[in-house]
Amino acid sequence: MEWVNTILQGVLLGGLYAMFAAGLSLIFGVMRLVNIAHGDLIVLAAYVALVTVQTLGINPILSLVIVVPVMAIIGYTLQRGLLNRTLGDDLLPPLLVTFGLSVIIQNGLLELFTADSVKLNAGAVEIESIAVGGGLAVGVLPLAQFALAVVVIAGLQWLFYRTALGRAFRATSDDPSVARLMGLNNAHVFALAMALSLAIVAVAGVLLAVRANFDPAIGPARLIFGFEAVIIGGLGSMWGTLAGGIILGVAQAVGAQLDPGWNLLAGHIAFLVVLALRPQGLFPKVQG
Amino acid sequence: MNDVRVQHSNWSSRIGTTIVVIAFVALAAAPWWAERADLRLLAEIYAYVALASLWNLLAGYAGLVSVGQQAYVGLGAYILFALAMLGGVHPLAAIPLAGVAAAIIAVPVAALIFRLRGHYFAIGTWVVAEVFRLLAAQTAALDGGSGTSLPAAVVLSIASSRATREFVIYWIALAQVAVILFAIVWLLRSRYGLALTAIRDNELGARSNGVDVARIKYAVYVAVAFGTAMVGALIFLQKIRISPDTAFSVNDWTAFVIFITVIGGIGRIEGPIIGTVIFFLLRQTLADLGAIYLLILGVVAIAVMLWAPKGLWGLIADRLGWQVFPLQRRLVTKRRG
Amino acid sequence: MADPLLQVRALDAHYGDFQALFGVSMRVTEGEVVAVIGANGAGKSTLLKCIAGAMPVRRNAIQYYGVSIGGDPAHEVVSRGIALVPEGRRLFPSLTVEENLLIGGQLGRKGPWNLKRVYGLFPMLEQHRHQPSPSLSGGQQQMVAIGRALMSNPRLLLCDEISLGLAPIVIRDIYASIPAIAAEGLSLVIVEQDIVQALKTARHVYCLQEGRVALQGEAKTLTREKISAAYFGV
Repeated sequence: MEWVNTILQGVLLGGLYAMFAAGLSLIFGVMRLVNIAHGDLIVLAAYVALVTVQTLGINPILSLVIVVPVMAIIGYTLQRGLLNRTLGDDLLPPLLVTFGLSVIIQNGLLELFTADSVKLNAGAVEIESIAVGGGLAVGVLPLAQFALAVVVIAGLQWLFYRTALGRAFRATSDDPSVARLMGLNNAHVFALAMALSLAIVAVAGVLLAVRANFDPAIGPARLIFGFEAVIIGGLGSMWGTLAGGIILGVAQAVGAQLDPGWNLLAGHIAFLVVLALRPQGLFPKVQG
Repeated sequence: MNDVRVQHSNWSSRIGTTIVVIAFVALAAAPWWAERADLRLLAEIYAYVALASLWNLLAGYAGLVSVGQQAYVGLGAYILFALAMLGGVHPLAAIPLAGVAAAIIAVPVAALIFRLRGHYFAIGTWVVAEVFRLLAAQTAALDGGSGTSLPAAVVLSIASSRATREFVIYWIALAQVAVILFAIVWLLRSRYGLALTAIRDNELGARSNGVDVARIKYAVYVAVAFGTAMVGALIFLQKIRISPDTAFSVNDWTAFVIFITVIGGIGRIEGPIIGTVIFFLLRQTLADLGAIYLLILGVVAIAVMLWAPKGLWGLIADRLGWQVFPLQRRLVTKRRG
Repeated sequence: MADPLLQVRALDAHYGDFQALFGVSMRVTEGEVVAVIGANGAGKSTLLKCIAGAMPVRRNAIQYYGVSIGGDPAHEVVSRGIALVPEGRRLFPSLTVEENLLIGGQLGRKGPWNLKRVYGLFPMLEQHRHQPSPSLSGGQQQMVAIGRALMSNPRLLLCDEISLGLAPIVIRDIYASIPAIAAEGLSLVIVEQDIVQALKTARHVYCLQEGRVALQGEAKTLTREKISAAYFGV
């Protein structure tokens, strides 16, 4: 029974990881950019939530109303003002610039908020749980987070394949120079993609802030979890990313159950095993 | 009928190489003219020049951008500590052994992460470093997460007097960076170097001209792991104390190294040297600003990447045709008859 | 006299150090079909790219209704009413046929062209509308490419080698659609290697040779000898 509970917790954790990954793979899909500062932006969102909660005294979940638009605007400006200049055939500039950004964000947060870890309090909902039979109980918050992750991923799928914006994303990703010739303003399209990615990051950040302690240095680990979820699941597939996140979450939970010090390692090992045996991921999108 | 040969040096490299040789002799004599604190600083500078030059070879020449070289710095250091403390190996002998062991480990690691491309490869290297760090934290024999120190007996086996110890470590540090730089120059002058430059400039073109790109990248990755591990081993031998977080620190062994190379100039040998000098100058002036210092470095690195992508050395050298080391390839013909 | 639809004035174009066009001048009036012919590498595609905004050129080298637009970014040029059917079709592979057409129309310019109209012009596309574009034959893809450009309701349609790689009977079908397009009042610049088709379709012809206009005139006045001489530069 304990194992079932462990796996269940891992699955729910996987939803959060899938959300870390969704923003990352959206950007890679649209503009072939891997944002090394992605994890630090999640932490930034968590701190924006902190400031919002402290200034307005509202529940952290409500702070989403502020944090999401703020992060989206940051994303649009960041892409339009800085990252668009790094796009091109050479892979060094975007990699190094986003790495520099990661360092800047981490140290900026360190200066503003110190290295002390903090956590946001969502109130009573944090301890509530639902009984799921067999003596098992699932926390309301983790369940809600998982549901939210599913909604976000379904939303992204819908956006990509059923809307004009999604069409623009796919066209610009296919062939940026012809996209321009069809009237698409690539600079604007890429900026919208980044805004969307950071909107997802905002949700992930608030969920992170409520779930556990956070401090300025935990960004890179979030990036790595998101990245591992993408690779395990398979490039190009949103639902695959969800599966990847779940597998990662379960691996970590199982590892922790075996030995508390092994939870992170278990996740990394799961990633390396997939990389060794099935490098294209478990559910890669079949290229049409 | 023409005689054709490849000329590597020019007027600037003749001057440059002479300066380098003179500097080397002067620095070798440093124990006689420098303070002990200066020797430590110099050893630190040599370590960063070495690490940055190796990173430059990997990223600037072989096109393998790694943000996880701290994996090998820490690995080399931990292997040295393990060999010296648990294996009874003399610490100085442990340095090259750590390099070899790291190179052997790098082979399967490369097999795994080379399945990833470009940006994803970079993050993959970070994952590897994290795995090493976590494994080190789990290694009870070396006190796991809290880290450990070299016992006095091991330290004394280097040399009995403290001063001599510091001189020995200093000379090894100088020898390391000299050998690494020499090896890189030699490599780049060879036909492997030509292949590397071709890969850097146009990988597809290189491949279609018969260059075995995969094998060369593999070899460079393992060689860089070898060098990085030895530098890491010496760094921590000097510190005497090790812990997973310091040995595998992203800031110390990757962020600084990348910023040094970017600001100095990627893809040029002189870049890491210039970059290290600038880095240490900045550090002398700004270090007490703590986190702000790193922030400023990040801003400067981004600015350089956007407006001077060839770094400071690239800006100067391209304009003036300078090179310090004889690395250019100029076809020289001499008419006969 | 009113400004012509398009005036290309002493246009130079460079790819890095290589100069592809030398002082090319060309004029398109409303409702006209102009053909640009020439051997490979003569600069025909380059000329279209310059007009479409895909290459940096001197501001007043390209004038559209008297307004200088040289060097304007491509997406702005489209919004003014100039659409390009690129060489080699260049459809978006991860989009279906219909999605490719919709992308063409996403600027929302007013005009007679919409999905229904395009399917009316190329009926066989409608059966394949939800298929991924790479699954179509070359000729069908060319129709999609033309339809995609039409969806932006341009005043000027630039067609870059629409006969390339297609069988003669397919080329004939595609060119059969040109009069229907021109009948709406669209002007066309057609770049072609197929001289016969170019002379049949266009009223005015320009022949480029190594980046320069070697010959121009009304199609019916140009003899084979004159064209050969201009085409090959002999």
